[in-house]
Amino acid sequence: MPEIQFTLNGERRTVNIEANDILLDVLRDKLGIKSPKCGCDRGDCGACAVLLNGKSVRSCLIFAIEVNEQEITTLEGISKNELSPLQQAFINNNSFQCGYCAPGIIITATELLNKNPHPTREEVKENLSGNLCRCTGYIPIIEAVLEASKRGKNE
Amino acid sequence: MNKLKYVGHPVTRIDSLEKVTGSAQFVDDIDFGPNLLYAEIIESTFAHAIIKNIETSSAERVPDVVKVFTGKDFPYKFGLYMKDRFIFAQDRVRFIGEQVAAVVARNPKAAKIAAKLVKVEYEPLPEVLDQMEALKEDSILIHPDLGDYPHVPWFFPKANTNVAHWRKTRRGNIEKGFEEADVILEDTYTVPRYSHCAIETHVAVGKFDYSGRLTVWASSQSPNVQRNLFSEALSPLGLSHKDIRVITPHVGGGFGGKAGVTMEIMVAAIATKLKGNSVKIRWTREQEFYNTYQRLGVIAKITLGAKKDGTITALDHKLYWDAGAYVEYGANVVNAVGLSATGPYRIANISIDSACVYTNLPPGGPYRGFGYSEFLFGLESHIDRVAKKLGIEPVLFRRINAIKEGDTLAYGAKMNANGLLQAIEKVSKEIKWYEGKIESEDPVKVIGKGFSIFWKAPAMPPNASSSAFLKFNEDASINILVSGMDIGQGYLTVMAQIAAEILSIPPSRIRVERPDTDRNPYEWQTVASHVTWSCGNAVKKAALDAREQIYDLIERTHYLDRDTIYLEDEKVKSRTKPDFELALKDFVINGIQVEDGTFKGGPITGRGTFMPEFTSTDADPETSQGGHPNVHYTVGAAAVILQIDKETGKMKVLKVVEAVDAGKAINPDLVKGQVTGGLMQGLATVLYEDMRFDNKGKMLNPNFTDYKIPTSMDIPDEIVPIIIEVPQPDGPFGARGIGEHTMLPAAPMIANAIEDALGIRIKSMPITAEKVALAILKKGEK
Repeated sequence: MPEIQFTLNGERRTVNIEANDILLDVLRDKLGIKSPKCGCDRGDCGACAVLLNGKSVRSCLIFAIEVNEQEITTLEGISKNELSPLQQAFINNNSFQCGYCAPGIIITATELLNKNPHPTREEVKENLSGNLCRCTGYIPIIEAVLEASKRGKNE
Repeated sequence: MNKLKYVGHPVTRIDSLEKVTGSAQFVDDIDFGPNLLYAEIIESTFAHAIIKNIETSSAERVPDVVKVFTGKDFPYKFGLYMKDRFIFAQDRVRFIGEQVAAVVARNPKAAKIAAKLVKVEYEPLPEVLDQMEALKEDSILIHPDLGDYPHVPWFFPKANTNVAHWRKTRRGNIEKGFEEADVILEDTYTVPRYSHCAIETHVAVGKFDYSGRLTVWASSQSPNVQRNLFSEALSPLGLSHKDIRVITPHVGGGFGGKAGVTMEIMVAAIATKLKGNSVKIRWTREQEFYNTYQRLGVIAKITLGAKKDGTITALDHKLYWDAGAYVEYGANVVNAVGLSATGPYRIANISIDSACVYTNLPPGGPYRGFGYSEFLFGLESHIDRVAKKLGIEPVLFRRINAIKEGDTLAYGAKMNANGLLQAIEKVSKEIKWYEGKIESEDPVKVIGKGFSIFWKAPAMPPNASSSAFLKFNEDASINILVSGMDIGQGYLTVMAQIAAEILSIPPSRIRVERPDTDRNPYEWQTVASHVTWSCGNAVKKAALDAREQIYDLIERTHYLDRDTIYLEDEKVKSRTKPDFELALKDFVINGIQVEDGTFKGGPITGRGTFMPEFTSTDADPETSQGGHPNVHYTVGAAAVILQIDKETGKMKVLKVVEAVDAGKAINPDLVKGQVTGGLMQGLATVLYEDMRFDNKGKMLNPNFTDYKIPTSMDIPDEIVPIIIEVPQPDGPFGARGIGEHTMLPAAPMIANAIEDALGIRIKSMPITAEKVALAILKKGEK
């Protein structure tokens, strides 16, 4: 069983994996990181999004072995300290209903605001278009991202 | 009435923090330790076949495989309203994807490898994929033993046919009604199947411990129904309800798909044969599409007559439902429509036939709207067309016939208080209905407007009930125990607001616990948009019960008359003694010390139950007259401005307005959330989602690549939610449910807008860009 080492939410982690283990399964089942969710297992829904070296990726489409010596951030990492303005904006707007898509959406929106702190409404919509949400009709989510973009740093 | 402090305010959801920090725990997030086993399901590859043999020995030899189960291990039937389903297929399979066997292994990879080695030998039978074919006298029977199936008394299956239930409603004199009409229009509308598409698939884990106690963790809307059906189905094992525990943590969306019992029955059954282990099944997205419930398809034949003055004189509505292979839940969708397919109209002469027909497609079942979206597509399309024939403006036609409080319903009872006319008026105004046609600046595009009204009643057994426990903590914070489920709608927050209002404690100081059938009191199910109303009443009663105990104690210890005291800001205060003030935290657990040094009182705990005591399904099966099956209807209206590209058929919703009568919006922000989300789900059924089967009954697009649900790029430019509040007399603070209703008007208002823009009437759903483009081409050829 190969061993990989990578930085997970700021902490150096070592884990033994099979060569064909999927990152999502390793995070959830071997490392206890449960915020990335499985919704489709084929990259359609975005519920499993995590940041790989700051860039959002679908962890269901990546082999765990690919993240050796890389840096992964999940919603657990974002939540370690006080709430980000983005998380606070999601609370203020009652943005989420069932909340299953929330971790993936927060990851995607965090990446967006890091790259582009003041996106337009269209840019927000386009950036979130890979994250499916069946409950909300997206509007309260878009509103929250725009609200957060007015408040500054979202790391 | 005093000014409300928490009810009616856009309170922040009490579960927000859990959800935005990734702390919310769903079933698949729970750790079950090294004794967790994984089950992989072997599925039928035929839509209809006899099972000749199942060969499991090769699978059993795979390392880490614990056991292989087939129907022989569990020869039991189950079902909510009719016992027509099996834990695993017995002698025959009835749809592609049906569970035939399960391989249980120590790890998922072994289970997957072994499942491929299970060989099932089938003798194919002719499959019936169309409800009209299945209705024919010479059709092959899908359930030859239908006549023996136990069912609720309000179902009328026809033995030796494929008709599982036939709801007939008759009122007035239908022939006379058509004679009186100046205009009669007859046509047929088709609505296909749809999938719920909650982003979390079904997940269930079962554990049968060495003491013989069964625990099931399920992603479910229906913990108590699950416990009851597990107990019934597994009754040969002698399990008492007290020895079955169903725990439902956060649920990642339901929309009806997680109501009742579907795949969970397998983990419950398998667990009983593998003492001491936990067994997990997590549905893949594919399985979620074809082996949970699908929304039923329907072919609806409508004949409607009206007089020149606009009065509707008669409605003959015949609905033939493609209910799928098993209808234990879906037959009640058919029943509900059979009672309410008049729509929100006052009609003197009515004939409704709603027929539940077995087909060899996946089981049809509950889906947000419970049949009302399906029949409203035809009816609200038809209303526009009859208005046009009469030369009456379609919204005026709706106003003339809109049902009012006290009008007689199709089954003879009286209509409840409602704000339908207000809703029509407010929507017309907001959408500028009477301000004429909007011209498109782009010559390739046209713009149309469409309108629809809607109604829906909860479809429940007449004695469906709710209950609640409320307990104070030392610091006067509160835990409320209920068994309704927050499937996203915000139910827990609303329950907190109701208790908060009665006890004057902020919702942020109240935790409402998710269901655990061991600990939380009974709730029928979280379906039918009834929990705000029904469980809200129970929580209100529990809070009042606690308040009475507080008042009792203050009377006993402070000699203050209960009529003079009140609760405010977590304190007991007095109207007559302005100096008196006692913080709840000083006594709700530890009591109040009196002059002799002793303590009076003790932990304050409230209890509340609610059951509607005026409902009955006892009625004449030929007419549906005599009973009172529905508690009340929620009504509303909606309109859309739709832009259509004449070359591609591509449509864009420029503006949509929806008004819904919530009775009292306990949390207006959450009501608006339902309007936005529900409308989007409804618009998706008409504009995007298109379920395809091949000619053998295999679903061709069971994934999000090919079955398109909306993304953030597909939202309307503008959505305007309007809340109407005509109080429901028996609702908590006047509230009634609105969750499902918000998606109901979507499909017909789009069809009506397309006709307005293009002069083309499309009578089958979905109405995709492709269908519109082809219709434009066809029209051009004429």
